[in-house]
Amino acid sequence: MALLTFDLQHKPRQARISMAAVLALMLVFPFVASQFGNSWVRIIDIALLYIMLALGLNIVVGFAGLLDLGYIAFFAVGAYLVGLFASPQFAALLESLIYYSPTLGEWLVALFGPEIQQKGIHLSVWAVVPLAALVAGLAGALLGAPTLKLRGDYLAIVTLGFGEIIRIFMNNLNDPINFTNGPQGINMIDPIRVFGVSLAGEQGSGGMVDIGGYAMPSVNAYYFLFLFLCIATIFITSRLQHSRLGRAWVAIREDEIAAKAMGINTRNVKLLAFAMGASFGGVAGAMFGAFQGFVSPESFSLTESIAVLAMVVLGGIGHIPGVVLGGMLLAALPEVLRHVVEPAQQALFGTVIIEAEVLRQLLYGLALVLIMLVNPAGLWPSPNREERPNAALAHDEQEGAKA
Amino acid sequence: METFLQQILNGLVLGSMYALVALGYTMVYGVLNLINFAHGDVLMIGAMIGLTILKLLETHAPGLSGGLQLAIAILGAIPVAVLVNILIERIAYRRLRNAPRLAPLITAIGVSILLQTFAMMIWGRSPLPFPQLLSPEPVNIGGALISHTQILLLALAAASMVALVLLVERTRMGRAMRAVAENPRVAGLMGVDSNRVIVATFAIGAALAAVAGVMWGANYASITFTMGVLPGMKAFCAAVLGGIGNIYGAMIGGILLGIIEALGAGYIGDLTGGFLGSHYQDIFAFIVLILVLTLRPSGIMGERVADRA
Repeated sequence: MALLTFDLQHKPRQARISMAAVLALMLVFPFVASQFGNSWVRIIDIALLYIMLALGLNIVVGFAGLLDLGYIAFFAVGAYLVGLFASPQFAALLESLIYYSPTLGEWLVALFGPEIQQKGIHLSVWAVVPLAALVAGLAGALLGAPTLKLRGDYLAIVTLGFGEIIRIFMNNLNDPINFTNGPQGINMIDPIRVFGVSLAGEQGSGGMVDIGGYAMPSVNAYYFLFLFLCIATIFITSRLQHSRLGRAWVAIREDEIAAKAMGINTRNVKLLAFAMGASFGGVAGAMFGAFQGFVSPESFSLTESIAVLAMVVLGGIGHIPGVVLGGMLLAALPEVLRHVVEPAQQALFGTVIIEAEVLRQLLYGLALVLIMLVNPAGLWPSPNREERPNAALAHDEQEGAKA
Repeated sequence: METFLQQILNGLVLGSMYALVALGYTMVYGVLNLINFAHGDVLMIGAMIGLTILKLLETHAPGLSGGLQLAIAILGAIPVAVLVNILIERIAYRRLRNAPRLAPLITAIGVSILLQTFAMMIWGRSPLPFPQLLSPEPVNIGGALISHTQILLLALAAASMVALVLLVERTRMGRAMRAVAENPRVAGLMGVDSNRVIVATFAIGAALAAVAGVMWGANYASITFTMGVLPGMKAFCAAVLGGIGNIYGAMIGGILLGIIEALGAGYIGDLTGGFLGSHYQDIFAFIVLILVLTLRPSGIMGERVADRA
């Protein structure tokens, strides 16, 4: 990675040039890719969402050194909030509520009025985003709270459990009161609107989005929105990393007791890491829900949590450009494999021996194991040794086998 | 009252499986301070191998009695599960023994996903039916029903636990295990080969998980490649409830958690006025985990667990 450097502190000129180059490439990409079909842009749209997720998880795992194995749960929280407040789902909820408890139901109907009873709540996605950040952040802090005084392993198992539990709720909270519509999920979620322009294309436009007289496919419009959000996330997390709070996180990651002795309020700082990491997940989830137009429990399985973790680990724990690279590789590669490896197998052996879906999982598992064994700093570690987690320097470190 | 007794029985059955798996977690945690996230998947491997053996028996040696077939399946599943767990230790954990804590946790979850993927490639994606080998006629105990499979399960779990206690308390290897759990460095100075002890710990844990896996299949009649995740997680909760690192704690915690789950699933409908049904059974382990971590992180039998490193 000698060609590109993003080290603004030590090599500001080179860093700016690399950033400009990458940005130019990213801006041109959809126009080139859409020549080959919208599905390629769509793949990158999803990859950008995963990068946002990976950057959020990087706050918890990379900066603060706390393993979160249920991160996709916060993504689910965001997606389902959009589902509830920007689709006809709320009408279904009211209907089931009237059936379950007439008094409460009627009272709510009187409160919301007949329009909402008919069509559900249709808030703008942008109004749901802060809500999603808030609710996800709160959930993150609540989950972390019981493990604050305990070893980091407990956070891993609590979050793993939460990731599984939330699926049970998504699957079953449709009866007697229909919050989530169960395994079918919530449909007909409103598309995102930017300055009144629907990014899914207005009705009758054939999925073309008209921005200032220039028409482009819907996936391209989403691409630019997600690119903007990704850049915003990169900006926020990199500012966080070098802030007082970011340095406190790193101090806790490296040695919690020493950090405490230096006057860091470890409880609050750790809670902030959980909450901030989770709120990025919530925002990405809200975007995902509105982009897809539907949410269902199967998008939020354990494999997805592992996938996001694998992105962070593969790219370089705690190093933002590395995490972006990891996210890009692991989100886009399986899709590329689907288009390349399956036809190749078909041609060579006559059948598909390893499906792309299986290959994807193998890739995640191998990334986690091999990176930790071979080069814990990841594919693209931070150029500053002091910014790398001590896990990365462990090879020559002699730590007592057990305290 | 009869439902109560029935739920207690169900809880005992469930709990004895949790206890078998929890023992594997707690023993590994005792000697290495490591959560072996792949342990639930070792249970799955045990169940899958057991099923494969049963199918082989069906074609090559038909006419064996059901109990004998099950015994052969369990005896065949144990060495495979042991081998898998020893390999996991050798490949994923040994080199990271002195690394900071995050590293082995990450490889552990990676190994777990790899095992599931391999199982999916070998045995397929869809749930496999597990043959019912013992008489389906249930036994009536004071109004509550229990199947022959479940009686066998309880007996096997009890026997395994007694054997484990004898091993840990009475043998040289058991003493070495306790020494390594207490302080690996000093144990090493006293001439204990800690690597051998650690391998033995993984082997014993895997054997218990294999027993639990085959019996899980026999009891629920269906297995899939992801079947290990939830029991693994719950068994870990059980180990924490009992006090992690303590084998008696794991047994008590497992059985207690099984009973809590069964009672919870039986009565949650009544308690919430029909709002939540028995498909919320799986949340009880999680609630127990959160409560234990908040109120008494050391669990029932455990000592300190606060972060000291």
